[in-house]
Amino acid sequence: MGLSGLAIYKLLPKTNCKECGFPTCLAFAMKLAALQAELSACPYVSEEAKAALDAASAPPIRLVTVGSGERKIEAGNETVLFRHEKTFYHQPGVFYRLRDDESAEAFASKVKAIAAYKVERVGISMGASGLAIENKSGNAQTFGACVAQAVAAGLPVILISDSPAALEAGLKAAQGMSPLIYAAKDGNWEGLASLAIQYKVPLAVRSTGNLSALAEMTQKLDGKGVKDIVLDPGARGWSDSLTAFTQLRRLALKKNLRALGFPIIAFPGEGAVDEEDEALRAAQCVAKYVGYVVLDHFDSASLYPLLTLRQNIYTDPQKPIQVSPGLYEIGKPGPQSPLLVTTNFSLTYFSVAGEVEGSGIPAWLLIADAEGMSVLTAWAAGKFDADRIAKSINTTGVLNKINHKKIIIPGYVASISGELEEALPGWQVLVGPREAIGIPSFLRVYVQSA
Amino acid sequence: MGVSVPIPTETWSGKIREVTLGALPADGGTRGKTVTAGGETTLPFLHFEGQIPHPPAVAVEVMDQPPKEWSPILLQAWGNVVSDPAAWAKKAEEVGADIIALSLDSAHPERGNTGAKEARAVVRQVLKATTLPLIIYGPGQADKDNEVLVAAAEEAAGERVALGNCEDKNYRTIVAAALANNQLVVARTPIDVNLCKQLNILISDMRLDLTRVLADPTTGALGYGLEYTYSVIERLKLAALAGDGMTQQPMIVTVGYEAWRAKETRVNEGVPAEWGDWDKRSRLWEAMTATAFIEAGANIVVTRHPATVSVIKRTISELMSAAS
Repeated sequence: MGLSGLAIYKLLPKTNCKECGFPTCLAFAMKLAALQAELSACPYVSEEAKAALDAASAPPIRLVTVGSGERKIEAGNETVLFRHEKTFYHQPGVFYRLRDDESAEAFASKVKAIAAYKVERVGISMGASGLAIENKSGNAQTFGACVAQAVAAGLPVILISDSPAALEAGLKAAQGMSPLIYAAKDGNWEGLASLAIQYKVPLAVRSTGNLSALAEMTQKLDGKGVKDIVLDPGARGWSDSLTAFTQLRRLALKKNLRALGFPIIAFPGEGAVDEEDEALRAAQCVAKYVGYVVLDHFDSASLYPLLTLRQNIYTDPQKPIQVSPGLYEIGKPGPQSPLLVTTNFSLTYFSVAGEVEGSGIPAWLLIADAEGMSVLTAWAAGKFDADRIAKSINTTGVLNKINHKKIIIPGYVASISGELEEALPGWQVLVGPREAIGIPSFLRVYVQSA
Repeated sequence: MGVSVPIPTETWSGKIREVTLGALPADGGTRGKTVTAGGETTLPFLHFEGQIPHPPAVAVEVMDQPPKEWSPILLQAWGNVVSDPAAWAKKAEEVGADIIALSLDSAHPERGNTGAKEARAVVRQVLKATTLPLIIYGPGQADKDNEVLVAAAEEAAGERVALGNCEDKNYRTIVAAALANNQLVVARTPIDVNLCKQLNILISDMRLDLTRVLADPTTGALGYGLEYTYSVIERLKLAALAGDGMTQQPMIVTVGYEAWRAKETRVNEGVPAEWGDWDKRSRLWEAMTATAFIEAGANIVVTRHPATVSVIKRTISELMSAAS
């Protein structure tokens, strides 16, 4: 991506003055294209040329930040339509919408519950990303106070209001926290643009028409100096949302349409038939390009699956998640309980642990460091062999936990049994099933014959 | 100050094959309806750039014996029908299933070791109890699969049932039974585009028409490998639409089987409070897995919980509506 040398050359003064350090403007242009020179080296490049070059080298989808510090939510800078082409980079923020006209008690307790929610998966802690406060009360002071509570709880905020006075109160309460203003529309965009610039915050845009209307609005905002924009294409159904999200991503990446090269915000609760429908619409948002997902119903039972889905979709296909090597207890194993060994690829771990758990037979699960690869991949790469397993046994104090010396290895690496018995004198190596699903019956036989 | 925003359509040169399950009396069967999967000429639900003649279908799993290891949530939801495959199939049809996926689980050596005779009986019962098209799964052990699927294929002659699963290690007998009895097959491969193509080629070499093959890319549930299945489905779909004839089979995913193996759906003791209500999260575990795969391009989802059926069908119906 980026402009070609020739395209850049057309924007330069073409005087060949050599003040940039290169013999000709064309040579300088080629170096610029190769990212081997800085435009600032040319004292005579016009403002227009600078702007054009900036625009061309900017990422297709602007990076927007809501919140600050550790909990900030970045969206944008995405480069692909399908995760397998490279990866999706920025996990969408999952925000909950609260109204400022609730009772103070109800509001406070919801803020607390949402801020406190934390769940771990594959060793990674996940929770809600922030709060969207909606100015239903019509009162600027109330709104500001509610925003202040959210900020005090450490959560990034989205300010939903049509009233500039209320927004200003919210902006003051969230100073320094980069709240997102929602949203500029046809009738109010100028005032909101001023606020966005004054407080240096991102601004969402909602279109009531089609994508052209949305693009016109962003152009107007850009003209006023608002660069950090978030798009709400206004779709509220399953089908039109999918169409809008897909078209926006394609326009940004394939047509380099700057006017729509911004992250997307969506409200899956609006138009949803019930909570379950909302959760599944949120799933669509997560899979299909949305940067900020705003939900209306907070419930652990629906948030946990959604966060898991987000983790799955946004995992870098080239860097699968690993678990820490070590000795894991499944059920409450005792000294006679079986000992199994496998690799630290998270899916392997979860499959094996899941099957052992499902068998109802407590066991010790030794997870060897195979650099996060699955059994077969690790074995083929020489990262899961007799030496590594032996080392794993010696360093994790397995012998302090068990009174036997039997180890069950995954069926796919049966060929290492001999070597492993050599590396572990006195040990008996048992070849387990090839698929994790064979573990329960294998363990049943194991305990029966013990 | 207009901004010209073109509609960004892609041009595709290929389409997904149409595969029809079930045969009406006029075609020699006894089904009340048929289900055609596939036929789309674009990515899932992008009505602005192609045709999507058939909505994804929901198949509901019916076991040929009361399942011993199922989550209590499922057992509670189905109630007594789990003791009677015919009653179970009827109830599945009532809750909106498009297809019945009959699992000959009792044929597994460790779960009953029944054989051809029992398989014929249960296939006969279920065919009588429901007018929906059938997928018939063997117990997943090569010798028994061959035994009972051949019997099932014969018993269901004329009904265009899909026999599952054919894998590279074991497909010949099942494909032969499909050929002999005018049935279909489910071809399963381990999350690999090339292996999927290869198995389709091997099956096609045996002269089974590819209009009788469903592709199962192997399913990983939410939190248990979902992203692998998700991406292989997308890759296969893209290859199909780009014209690769060996990736154009409609795809089937076994969401129910995988989602209900997850710890999140099976147990509630000793789990974090943050997992929330057991029933709700379990049903969402299945529904969200299904939704993700439907968005990626799955043509048939096989599910388990009776309440999931209507939720998924509603989602599909919404996605199929081209109105904005």
